[in-house]
Formats: sequence, C-alpha cells, structure tokens
Amino acid sequence: MMSASLRSRSYFPGLSKLFVAAMMLTLAACAGSSTNKPGDGVNNVNAAPGSKQDFSVNVGDRIFFPTDITSLPEIAKSTLRRQAVWLKNYPQVKVIVQGHADERGTREYNIGLSARRAANAKSFLISQGVSAARIKTISFGKERPVAVCDDESCWSQNRRAVTVVTGAVSS
Amino acid sequence: MNLLMKGCQEMQKRSWLGRNLALFFATLLVLVVQEPRPALAQLEIDITQGTIEPMPVAIYDFIGKTEEASQFGRDITTVINADLERSGLFQPLEKEAFIEKITKFNKAPRFGDWRIINAQALVTGRATIQKDGRLKAEFRLWDVLAQKQIAGVQFFASTENWRRIAHQISDTIYQQLTGEKGYFDSSIVFIDETGPKTNRVKRLTIMDQDGYNVRNLTRGDALVLTPRFNPAASEVAYMSYADGEPRVYLLNLETRQRELIGKFPGMTFSPRFSPDGQKIIMSLQNGANANLYTLDLKSLAKTRLTSTAAIDTGPSFSPDGRRITFESDRGGSQQIYVMNADGSDQQRISFGKGRYSTPVWSPRGDWIAFTKLTQGQFVIGVMRADGSGERILSVGFHNEGPTWSPNGRVIMFFREVRGETSGPALWSIDLTGRNERKVKTPNFASDPAWSPLNK
Repeated sequence: MMSASLRSRSYFPGLSKLFVAAMMLTLAACAGSSTNKPGDGVNNVNAAPGSKQDFSVNVGDRIFFPTDITSLPEIAKSTLRRQAVWLKNYPQVKVIVQGHADERGTREYNIGLSARRAANAKSFLISQGVSAARIKTISFGKERPVAVCDDESCWSQNRRAVTVVTGAVSS
Repeated sequence: MNLLMKGCQEMQKRSWLGRNLALFFATLLVLVVQEPRPALAQLEIDITQGTIEPMPVAIYDFIGKTEEASQFGRDITTVINADLERSGLFQPLEKEAFIEKITKFNKAPRFGDWRIINAQALVTGRATIQKDGRLKAEFRLWDVLAQKQIAGVQFFASTENWRRIAHQISDTIYQQLTGEKGYFDSSIVFIDETGPKTNRVKRLTIMDQDGYNVRNLTRGDALVLTPRFNPAASEVAYMSYADGEPRVYLLNLETRQRELIGKFPGMTFSPRFSPDGQKIIMSLQNGANANLYTLDLKSLAKTRLTSTAAIDTGPSFSPDGRRITFESDRGGSQQIYVMNADGSDQQRISFGKGRYSTPVWSPRGDWIAFTKLTQGQFVIGVMRADGSGERILSVGFHNEGPTWSPNGRVIMFFREVRGETSGPALWSIDLTGRNERKVKTPNFASDPAWSPLNK
C-alpha cells in the first residue's frame, strides 16, 4: 500500500484526495487479483451467506481470458462451476455477466469479443444447471479496464468476464 | 518543383478561359453554395508522388470600410491561411513579405510585386456588413504568373457564421488550384474523453474540421461510442449505454432529439449510414456472434446480411451504395471482407501479415482505409477494394479508427500513447502518408467521423 500511495502522488499531483484514494483502491485491487486469484483463497471474510460479498470473496466473481481468446480456460470453468453451485444455493439471486476486453484491440471488435466472452460464461453457467432466465449479459469492450499499465500484467487482468450479483441478500 | 512548373504552365495555357470566367463572375452574384465547375489551374496531384512542394500563395487581409468589417476581414483571412496551410498543399506567405498595399477590391493587383515574393496565386477580398446586418465576403483569386483573375465569388452569411464563409472561400481556392473539391466547410463528430482510464467519461461532441465551435451533444452520464454522420450531416448514429443494454441511437443535431434505432433483440453496435441516408447498417449481437443487419429508416424493415458464427462488424458502404466492406473473424482472426449490398458474394480481401480492422470506404470509392494490428503496433493504412495496393500511412503504439475527409484526400484517426494517465488524441494525415498533424481538441478525443461538405 505504501508504494501504491507514493506512486499515486507522483502520477496525480494536483488531484483530489478522493480521486487518489480511488486510484489506490484500484492499484490495490490490481495487485490482489494478479497474485491471488479471487476464489482461490480460504474463506477468511465474514460475509453474510448469499450476499454479494460472499459471492465475490468466497466464490470468485471473475474469470480471465488469454489474448483474443473467448473460449473458457480450465481455471475459468472451475470458477464458473463454483458460481453455479452458489447460484443454485441462492435461487432468488440474479446475475449480470459483464464481458470485457483489453485495450490492445479495436473498439467495435472488442465489443463483439467481450460480448462473446460474456455469452460463453453464461452458456457454461446454464450447462451447470443455472436457469437462463437468471443470467443477463452486457459487453463493455475495452471501455472499463481495471488495470491501466501498458503491458501484459495489466492487459491480462482486463480480459475478463465479471459475474455481478443483483437481488442478493444485503451483505 | 517540376510539379509546380507544370502547374504554372497549365495556368498560363488556361488564362484565356480565366479572363472569360472573370467576366462571368463579375456579372454573377454567386450565393453561398456554388456548383462545381471545371478547375482553371491544375496543380495535378499525383497521390503516388512521394513529395509535393506546397504552392506558395499570398492571402491579403480582406479589406473593410468600417473597423468592424475590417476585423471580420482579418479574421476570415486568418482562417483561410490556416485551412490552406494545414492541407499541406499550400504555403501561405508571410504578410511581412508583401510589397503592394491593397486598398481597393476592384483594382487589379500589381502582379510584379507578387511575383517577386514568389507568390503563385494571390487572394484578395473585401468584407462588408450589409444594411440587413449580414456579412458579405467577396474575394478574387489571381494567377500571379498569368496576371489574370481565375475566380471571384461572393458569400453571404449572418455574422456569427463568419468562420463558415472563410471555410467556403478556402474550399473554392482549393478547388480552383487543385482541380479537386475541398473539405474545409465540414464538421467532425467525435468522443470527448475526460477522467481516469478506469472510469472514462465520454461525451458525444461535434466541432468544425479545424477544431473550432466545439459543442458537447451528450452530458457524459452514459457511455457513448462510435458516432457517424448521415450524408446530410443532420443526424448522428452512435452507440450508447444510456438504457442498460447498449444499443445504436440516432441523434438529430438540430432538435437534439434522441431515438433508439429499430427493435432488435440484443445489443446493436458499429452503425453507419448508407450513402442515400435511407438505411443504417450495424452489428447485432446474438449470443456469442455478431452479424450485420441493415435497418430501413422509413419502413423499419430489417435485413440480415451475414450469418456466420463469428464477429462481423465495422461495416461501411461504398459511395455508390452497391458494395459493403466489413471486418470478420470468421476465418480465425480479424480480416477485411467485401460483399454486395444484399449480402451476396462475401470475399476476404486482406491477406497481409496481421489482423485487419475498421475498414472504411473512401468517398471517392478508390480506397478502403483500415486499422491493422501487426507486431504489437496499430497502424493506419489503405488498400484497394480488391485488397491490392496496400500502403501503410501511420505506424505507432496505437492508431485506430480512420475516417475520410469529404474529398477522400485526408484521413483522420485517433492515437493512444503509452502512459497510465494518457489518453487518445485526433490526428490527420494525407492519403500520401505525408502531412501528419494533431487535431486540436479540448480534452482527450477518440472515434472521429468526418462529415460530408456542409450543405
């Protein structure tokens, strides 16, 4: 965190504390997701079962893709299997699967590419027994990166599909 | 230099015609929009030519009877200077070098005074505020070597539209001296970008082609992308996330009314108008695949043009409306295809090393501009409609999304550079690959679309 905040100051000298704080969060999140895939860790957060936090921390809300690939890697499938189990445990919950692409593609194609990532994740969840009616998808192309450096360490975090829980019990 | 000499000889050969046209103009009140007419002097522009010496031109401050009129005159002259200089085809001479002091609009200049400072052409003019409050701008274009007037035109507009008058004069000069239509009286619609990369605020924005008169068309509360003009430049089709599901919308530039286009069952994106303005072609997402559809804006009839298990997007009509170019990954990677307007005869045309994307047909029909991803770089290039003659115009870390000037001479695109706090900017480049320039915008800017010439 120390180094993140120092970096934030040097990169964003004149900006508001709020913004710097937001960037720190982003950087922290990047560091976390690159070393420690969501869902791989042990259940160490006191999240209400069936809550959004329970889902993102204890199940893992996102999967990642290699460059230009939209088919599901094995590790993505195992995350989606955990998501499906959780979703079957909480049948009142609905989800939106957000598809994303990295910045190293053209805008329109990336919209199609990330739509396909989201669609493939949705199909897999359905194949695991989750009702299609509970799953929406949305495609963001390269518009909403979570990591903004200019190399693969960031691009790999941006090529993702994030399952966002709606209508869950409050956390 | 040879090219210029050739241009000068052409001018002299045609000076008889010039004299007669001058008489013609002297008796004719030409209102704001002119019909195209044969060019007088032909600075023949060979687009395969590596370098073209810009033609030295002298543009004398338009004179005016009152201080207000003189100020308009000077301002108009400044805009003409900038337009012609930016084209890369002309070299406006420094005013400090001018010898003759021009005080009367109707008197012929002392050509020797202009020849000695190496001006090939001279522009003189007069600005007048009329009794009705409107601005009149008259100008004459002189061939210095042939010692003849080659054009004389009057333009009228309300004073707040003085920049348009200047651009129309620039277009007239450009057309007279190059034989090609100009592109200065035109607009750019683009996406204005502010805020951090992780949460960019994007606004639909329009401006004159020279970066002036910037106006935001959306407030930034919804993500908006890929705006495209209709042929009348009165509407813009674009993608918006305003209502949850991202879809293609149509914005009327006069009324600012926004409407959803068509009732499609999924996300629609990557819109473009047909050349007659009657249809919009776009991608419709269906599960994992995107296919191309046209929507007739009157009947609202939908026509499906492609049906592959692939991402078909980036469609663009040929100017005659009979062919469509688009990109597809049906063969395993992004490549450029062409097909007939009814979807028949789909053929891949890009076979170079790399991935090809965002094809856009030139308004002249002679080239397709594209983005190419190769060896970690994003480059802008052009190829013929059969895929031959590929030429790369601009190479870099990330260049994307070409759009054509109305005369098919200049390509504008956006460029991203490295850096966590960086953002995109608009750039323009000549079809020859020369004269690359940054386009002035207030913030970061992307997804430019060049309008046709204003009507």
